[in-house]
Amino acid sequence: MTSLSLEFFHSCSAGAGSTKAFPNSFSKRRIRPSHIQTHVSLSCSSRIFSSYSCSATLSSMAEEVEKQTFDVERAALLVQELRGSFNSGKTKDYEWRISQLKGIAKMVEEKEQEIIQALHEDLSKPESEAFVSEISMTKGSCKLAIKELNRWMMPEKAKTPMTTYPSSAEIISEPLGVVLVISTWNYPFLLSLDPVIGAVAAGNAVVLKPSEIAPATSSLIAKLLEEYVDNSAIRVVEGAVAETSALLEQKWDKIFYTGSGRVGRIVMAAAAKHLTPVILELGGKCPVIVDSNVNLQVAARRIIAGKWGCTNGQACIAPDYIVTTKDFAPKLIDALRDELEEFFGKNPMESKDLSRIVNAYHFIRLTKLLDEAKVSDKIVLGGQRDEKQLKIAPTILLDVPEESLMMNEEIFGPLLPILAVENLEDGFDVINSKSKPLAAYLFTNNEQLKKHFVRDISAGGMLINDTILHLTVSTLPFGGVGESGMGSYHGKFSFDAFSHKKAVLYRSFDGDASVRYPPYTPGKLRLLKALMSGNIIVIILALIRWLRSADKIDQ
Amino acid sequence: MEMEMEMEMEMEIVRDLETKMEELREYYRSGKTKEASWRKSQLKGVLTFLKEREEEIFKALKQDIGKHHVEAYRDEIGILIKSVHFALKHLKKWMSIRKAELPWVAYPTTAEVVPEPLGLVLIISSWNLPFGLSLEPLIGALAAGNTVVLKPSELSPTCSSLLANALPNYLDNNAVKVIQGGAAVGEQLLEQKWDKILFTGSARVGRIVMTAAAKHLTPVNLELGGKCPAILDSFSSSWDREHAMKRILSGKYGTCAGQACIGIDYVLVEKKLASSLVESLKMLVKKMYGENPKESNSIARIINKQHFLRLKSLLDDPEVKASVVYGGSLDEDSLFIEPTILLDPPLDAAIMTDEVFGPLLPIITLKKIEDSIEFVNSKPKALALYVFTKNEKLKKRIISETSSGSVTFNDAIVQYAADTLPFGGVGESGFGKYHGKFSFDMFSHEKAVLRRNFLIDFWFRFPPWNDYKLQLFESFYLFDYLAIVLLVLGLKKPRRCP
Repeated sequence: MTSLSLEFFHSCSAGAGSTKAFPNSFSKRRIRPSHIQTHVSLSCSSRIFSSYSCSATLSSMAEEVEKQTFDVERAALLVQELRGSFNSGKTKDYEWRISQLKGIAKMVEEKEQEIIQALHEDLSKPESEAFVSEISMTKGSCKLAIKELNRWMMPEKAKTPMTTYPSSAEIISEPLGVVLVISTWNYPFLLSLDPVIGAVAAGNAVVLKPSEIAPATSSLIAKLLEEYVDNSAIRVVEGAVAETSALLEQKWDKIFYTGSGRVGRIVMAAAAKHLTPVILELGGKCPVIVDSNVNLQVAARRIIAGKWGCTNGQACIAPDYIVTTKDFAPKLIDALRDELEEFFGKNPMESKDLSRIVNAYHFIRLTKLLDEAKVSDKIVLGGQRDEKQLKIAPTILLDVPEESLMMNEEIFGPLLPILAVENLEDGFDVINSKSKPLAAYLFTNNEQLKKHFVRDISAGGMLINDTILHLTVSTLPFGGVGESGMGSYHGKFSFDAFSHKKAVLYRSFDGDASVRYPPYTPGKLRLLKALMSGNIIVIILALIRWLRSADKIDQ
Repeated sequence: MEMEMEMEMEMEIVRDLETKMEELREYYRSGKTKEASWRKSQLKGVLTFLKEREEEIFKALKQDIGKHHVEAYRDEIGILIKSVHFALKHLKKWMSIRKAELPWVAYPTTAEVVPEPLGLVLIISSWNLPFGLSLEPLIGALAAGNTVVLKPSELSPTCSSLLANALPNYLDNNAVKVIQGGAAVGEQLLEQKWDKILFTGSARVGRIVMTAAAKHLTPVNLELGGKCPAILDSFSSSWDREHAMKRILSGKYGTCAGQACIGIDYVLVEKKLASSLVESLKMLVKKMYGENPKESNSIARIINKQHFLRLKSLLDDPEVKASVVYGGSLDEDSLFIEPTILLDPPLDAAIMTDEVFGPLLPIITLKKIEDSIEFVNSKPKALALYVFTKNEKLKKRIISETSSGSVTFNDAIVQYAADTLPFGGVGESGFGKYHGKFSFDMFSHEKAVLRRNFLIDFWFRFPPWNDYKLQLFESFYLFDYLAIVLLVLGLKKPRRCP
């Protein structure tokens, strides 16, 4: 049953490319009671939010079955419960926030091996990669929030204009309420916990829906969060399309979604019904422009680290394609070949340092890209695949036709096409003819080219002479633009993403200008004009004083 | 016949739309709108429009909604002039690249945030402040270097046509288009792909806008309304008390006869103060608007018959009618409603469940002023919350225990004029914030740019992986400099992995 249900998850994957809308997967499972029995006994992988218990007696098994039907009503109950916790005010408390963040930090610290194992199970993610890009990043994020929270929570003083003199003003960050985080499978741990850290730091109650496509990590997160954080305000709902639909029916105060543009549209349309603001972290085709004047070895290494060193290319900011000059392309390919061999050995299919493709669906999707006519003969390196192990070797292609699927869809895998152009500025046109990517990379020592790149290309973020690293910089906002999404997070930006910036203006009753009140006279208009356009504070003060006395005489 | 002609005109506009948009996109691609000098010249254009067309603006506002020209200046022209000046003064700073801090292990890397325009944006504005709510966002969109389509409200037709006919003469026609029209045009506009949509209006239409935007993954900002409460505490000083009441009345009737998203919707007050409050309010209303408010011309009329009837129906409820303590006369011919005060209308009546958006002021009495917190929290989050008090403890509680777009103590409406404060809602009152720099940010993408060179590379970044590299990473991410040094020197043992 485990494998059966897994396959089921895959076939209606919420990942890129699947064309199915939201069929009701759960009701299907429910009409086959014989399966439920088996399913319950293996329930660890698709538990919803019940207490963790596999050694169930018959009666509690029935209860378990009941709880697994995570439908709209159950979702509504869940939100209601969390709203109750939020309304109690406890999540606004600095101490509560810190203790939850510490709980997460402790969880990552203590359960590191389990996390690494789950990631290995889901993606064959190499331990080092798992540690570097998921565990350390999450830990770092948590520690930063713990360290900075006091400062983030402080009201920000705002200058007040003369028109409202005398007054003082501040901007206060307040939590939004109950928020939903829907994460994805390529960095199933980091992309689940990182937004949760922001939401909790900002004082919200959170429901996290990890991706069913990485089931081991999903169920581990569900189990661990139950153990390490306050369950009255932080919850995990596991599941696929049906559960997600049930969650999206609810009214949230913010929805944070990581995944594909297709599902992003569904999320946003669902949010519109409740006027819920959304943050969409999507992907796109992230280009790399490589100039001929660069340190070839370093550039090649950095490209490899960003492409195959990131879940084997299954990352939203992994390089999608390279643009370089015709003369330089062969040299670049040679360098990539040498460095790839150094990193992953002569036979990369055997390498323990490469992740596998997440599932059969995505494996087939990638082979389709590769097998397209006029594409398959462009392979200059790699191309090996193993359907059983879901492995595809690092593959480089040269001059794939512009109109091919590979050059029009997000690749999200270990295939790297190289486009050779006459001069690099032509590459700008290629990039600008596509939708705005989440990241754009440039390798060059030419200052002029850097300037043009920053000025003429729009992308979520850009990195010059490296790949991926901007993701680790907590002082930079991380997020897309256009098709690559909306809203940003990381560091303080995460806190802000889950906060409402409340404007607070304090006025006193001194210095009240009667011009504000009717009956309106021509004299009042004159004074109003002087008041509103005047720059010299002394004049304004004099006016106000004059008006005050006039006001008194008035009475 | 007239209807048919109007429909035809709308169809014509629709046919024209896609061509116009392609022209705007093409112009954006030329890069012209990104230039600082261009942005400045556009802002100056807005300023010239406001100054040269002041009389026409006054007239249009008078005609569409009966707004007195002093009110028009105070709430629209004056505030806009101030906003343009503010934008012109700070544009250079807003446009400049912001350096981001980096830990020293990252040396010699530099990080910065580059604000860039989004492209082609759509502004859909409203009829109650037809110039203010059109041009305030326009200032932000132009300052941020976008091309813009502005759709003013068809419910204030004189103002819309002034914007459509006169404004383009002051701006770069290739970058700014004003499109007039009703629902059909609105729908067509929403079919298109924009890089941002700013909508000001009702929650109902807000939902439609966001649903349409979702198809194109277009970010939206919704400036909606809601029932903005005014909490009135007791005052020991008569000066304070009187000014609090004046500000409440001005916050209710003074801005477009209560047809304003930040206008006061209802007042919360302690029961024991209610009767003296009502008496004082009556006196002040008379002082402000005279015995015959309609003749004073100091108060706007209701925008149209539909809204007039809506407001009338609020009063038609017998229990509500019985709670009227002042005013209550309605003149359907001139669409004028007298400033009206109600004392404790039923809480389940439409006047207390729907946004009033008109010159009817319900006063709700509470046992203790502190109960106002619970009362406010029982309703959807408001765009603005006004609290008249000198009680510091109450102020603190209000700030931390309630949620609203903004909180203003001891005044109303004025927060709208503060460029340094974000203006925008939360929950049912919308999302996204603008005014001042926030307007610029609303129409910009903050692009993160990280620059590296080829000199230093951490060898441990690359596979094949081993424990030593793992440990270095851990130290690196936690900025544990000492551990890095020790590891590199071979003085610390890498952690053991099972």
